[in-house]
Amino acid sequence: MAELSYLEAIREGLRQEMERDSRIIIYGEDVGVRGGVFRVTEGLQKQFGEDRVIDSPLAEAAIIGTAIGAAVNGLRPIPEIQFADFIFPAINQIVQEAARIRYRSNGAFHVPLVIRAPFGGGVHGALYHSQSVEAFFAHVPGLKVVVPGTPYDAKGLLAAAVQDEDPVLYFEHKAAYRSLKGEVPEERYLIPIGQADLKREGQHVSIITYGLMVSYALKAAEELEKEGISVEVLDLRSVRPLDVEAILETSKKTGKVLIVHEDNLTGGIGGEVSALISEHALFYLDAPIVRLAAPDVPAMPYSAPLEHAFMVTPEKIRDKARELAKF
Amino acid sequence: MAKAKKKGLHGLDLDVEQIRTMYYYMVLSRELDKRIWILNRQGKSAFVISGQGQEGVQVAAAMALHPETDWIAPYYRDMAMVMAFGMTPREVMLGQMGRAADPSSGGRQMPAHYGHQPKHILTGSSPVATQVVHAVGIAWSMKLQGQAGVALTSLGEGSTNQGEFHEALNFAAVHKVPLIVLVENNGYAISVPQEKEMAIQDVAVRAQGYGIPGVVVKGSDPLEVYQVIREARSRALRGEGTTLVEAKTHRFTAHSSDDDDRSYRSREHLEEEKKDDPIPRMREWMESEKLWDKDAEDALMKRIKHEVDDATEFAEASPLPAAETIYDHVYGSSPA
Amino acid sequence: MSDNGLTPELMLDMYYHMALARAVDDRMWILNRQGRAPVVYTSNGHEAAQVGSAFALNRGEDWIVPYYRDLALVLAWGMTPREIMLHLLGRADDPNSGGRQMPAHWGHAKLNILTTGSVVATQDIHAAGLALASKVLKDGRVSVAYFGEGSTSQGEFHEALNFAAVHKLPVIFFNENNGYAISVPSRKQMAVQDVAARASGYGMPGVIVDGNDPVKVYEVVREAADRARRGEGPTLVEAKTYRFVPHSSDDDDRAYRSREEVAEAKKRDPIMMFEARLKEAGILTDEKLAEMQKKIKDVVNDATDYAEKAPLPDPATLGDHVYGTL
Repeated sequence: MAELSYLEAIREGLRQEMERDSRIIIYGEDVGVRGGVFRVTEGLQKQFGEDRVIDSPLAEAAIIGTAIGAAVNGLRPIPEIQFADFIFPAINQIVQEAARIRYRSNGAFHVPLVIRAPFGGGVHGALYHSQSVEAFFAHVPGLKVVVPGTPYDAKGLLAAAVQDEDPVLYFEHKAAYRSLKGEVPEERYLIPIGQADLKREGQHVSIITYGLMVSYALKAAEELEKEGISVEVLDLRSVRPLDVEAILETSKKTGKVLIVHEDNLTGGIGGEVSALISEHALFYLDAPIVRLAAPDVPAMPYSAPLEHAFMVTPEKIRDKARELAKF
Repeated sequence: MAKAKKKGLHGLDLDVEQIRTMYYYMVLSRELDKRIWILNRQGKSAFVISGQGQEGVQVAAAMALHPETDWIAPYYRDMAMVMAFGMTPREVMLGQMGRAADPSSGGRQMPAHYGHQPKHILTGSSPVATQVVHAVGIAWSMKLQGQAGVALTSLGEGSTNQGEFHEALNFAAVHKVPLIVLVENNGYAISVPQEKEMAIQDVAVRAQGYGIPGVVVKGSDPLEVYQVIREARSRALRGEGTTLVEAKTHRFTAHSSDDDDRSYRSREHLEEEKKDDPIPRMREWMESEKLWDKDAEDALMKRIKHEVDDATEFAEASPLPAAETIYDHVYGSSPA
Repeated sequence: MSDNGLTPELMLDMYYHMALARAVDDRMWILNRQGRAPVVYTSNGHEAAQVGSAFALNRGEDWIVPYYRDLALVLAWGMTPREIMLHLLGRADDPNSGGRQMPAHWGHAKLNILTTGSVVATQDIHAAGLALASKVLKDGRVSVAYFGEGSTSQGEFHEALNFAAVHKLPVIFFNENNGYAISVPSRKQMAVQDVAARASGYGMPGVIVDGNDPVKVYEVVREAADRARRGEGPTLVEAKTYRFVPHSSDDDDRAYRSREEVAEAKKRDPIMMFEARLKEAGILTDEKLAEMQKKIKDVVNDATDYAEKAPLPDPATLGDHVYGTL
């Protein structure tokens, strides 16, 4: 097994999927000659040609809307939105069209589509290059939303997303691209959408999280181990659908749940996870459910002190988990 | 801007039977439309959105295409188009009454949100101009897959002010996709007249901004529309890309059964518009060419009345969707 | 030169702002390489288009809605080099955003520079909205939206121009066409040669101007502004220009354009050409130039030092300005 970065795992996954299935096309702003602004699609145009890796005009609604048409007519498009923050001009096409086409046509049409978008902060990206937008889409039945937290999961979830017959939003964390590395098998494998993964077993506190926060939670868990606090880390991997069983299982096991996300608190995934636990596992709990998330400000500010104040960090997770363990 | 030329009967690549078929679909659509208004007044159908006045454009455009290879992405006023493209009056009525067997949506969408997968009619929604981008995608995928076909999408002139119209045409032009964008310009976006929608006379001039041809055609002349769409289709199949066609037409009814057009359009103006009704114009021309007479008209009306009655009765007798199907078709394979 | 109202003093001032912008820009790249500024968006190559247009308007009175490339524009409009550097370094006193936004996301309430986001073409609609208010309020102001050619593919560009034309709004849509949307050349962006060709689809004039010639840009924008103030509606201006450096400090333009192409374009460097022209006309002497260059150097040094010493925002202010009052 090779050790790949999170970015390389995604690129490798894209390459493998395109080799496997000639119906796949990739397009978006700067994905061709430039190989994407983060280089995720580097080399793919050279390998697969300009008909399959395409530089599109700068128009997000058109990128998603044409992908819908192309998917209906037999292709498997993987459009890229250059930054998740730029997805909003296309929200009408994603929410009102892609998500609803199967339902509104009573199953006659469907849209197999994977929308890739880099998200997340801590990279001096400020308000428009840092956002976590998954909760907007997780609210919408008809969409699936995945947020890989490791190189291994990134490749396996991509394959599953490409194979899925419904629109999948695939959010990749910018800060993870080069900072996260891990073992990634060369052969193709699938990580089923909607299946969480227990990244670390523990006894005292469960941290439920996803995305970049998985690696942060693991760091926090390591530190707390030294203090005698045993932390379990559940990586959701998919935020729609949620793995309800896994969420309840870890909650019942430790009785203390800390939900962590980089997205802001109100209306975030944490609220939904918390509601599920309250509904189905309340009497197993030994402490109130705790959420750690970004503050409710419109988006991440630029200047270092403000960005740091916004961002959830391993230290903040550690402190919150310790507090909960002592409850 | 190119101006379409009208050719005589012998210059058309339409035979007499096709001309009669064209007329048949126009009248069928008008009569079915009238019946739907009656059903609405009777409380049997909650909502009507009408294509009366636009039948000439719609039928001619559909007949200039090949339903086996081509796709259409219509808008809510296109009942005549979808029927001329293959949807039956029964199917239209099933949608109108929200029945389980409605091929457009199984009773999920409002009436007139057409879609028919086996017949290559793309499902449409209510926010206008979304379908234009989808049609670009279909046409683009035809090109990428080497399929010999074209896509036609239609929309009202009001929709051409949407960003998605612009993004779609720009995209289509850059990638030279086999597409026809048909604007059915009836002069009103619900109540807003064209001069308040845009500062230009002809939507077709917008083609210049994308580097594609823009053609204006008289919507009440289906033979002219047919020629123009035919030429645009040939152009697309030759790999020369997209054409924007603007058909000047009229809407003889209010926007929908929930609208009252007297508040924004004088009756005199409407009467003036009705002089340009495509159906009597077509009939008079056929009569003058000795292709049609009173006997033929009577026989046609009888046949159509029967079809409209049959469609109405069939749909009324057809079951409504079961409440427990509400969760069907959210996803293909149900998620955990 | 011609009777366009440009005095020798004004032309020297134009040159000063172009050269100042280039010097500030160069300094920003150095700060980036030194790790003191995380990202830089450049105006290098666009100075004539930006400064020429600014001088044609009532600076600080009319409204401008710039995009991230418009350093020279905002300098000519009245933003000081100190303010620019406060913004670049994310300081608390940054008048654009108090350190909240990325660099080059301009906005200055006192100077009538509207705040802007990163999603391109949104500012076109805002400019139309500002102009709508001016029409209603009869305040005599003109609004100008600035944008690259890539952003004209966005639906919002279309919606803005159509809206402005229907309502005959006092607005100018000023396109700085440098031929590249990051890496995507304009032939992949649109199937027309000129952005200005789009104007006819809205029923407004579309004017093409050499973006390397600040005087020509000045004249064109002046005429468009007069037209707007007379109530005759919007104009689309397309200034043909070139970006001499990568899109930003995170970009590498060698991946998508040849060094020969860039070298060729640099032969028409707007600053160099304007300098030669002013010297030829006897407006700029070597002595004056040396004096100006010294002044620019001092101003840039001062701005850098000032901003570096300025305090960063207090983390406790993170929650400020989410709402006015709740």
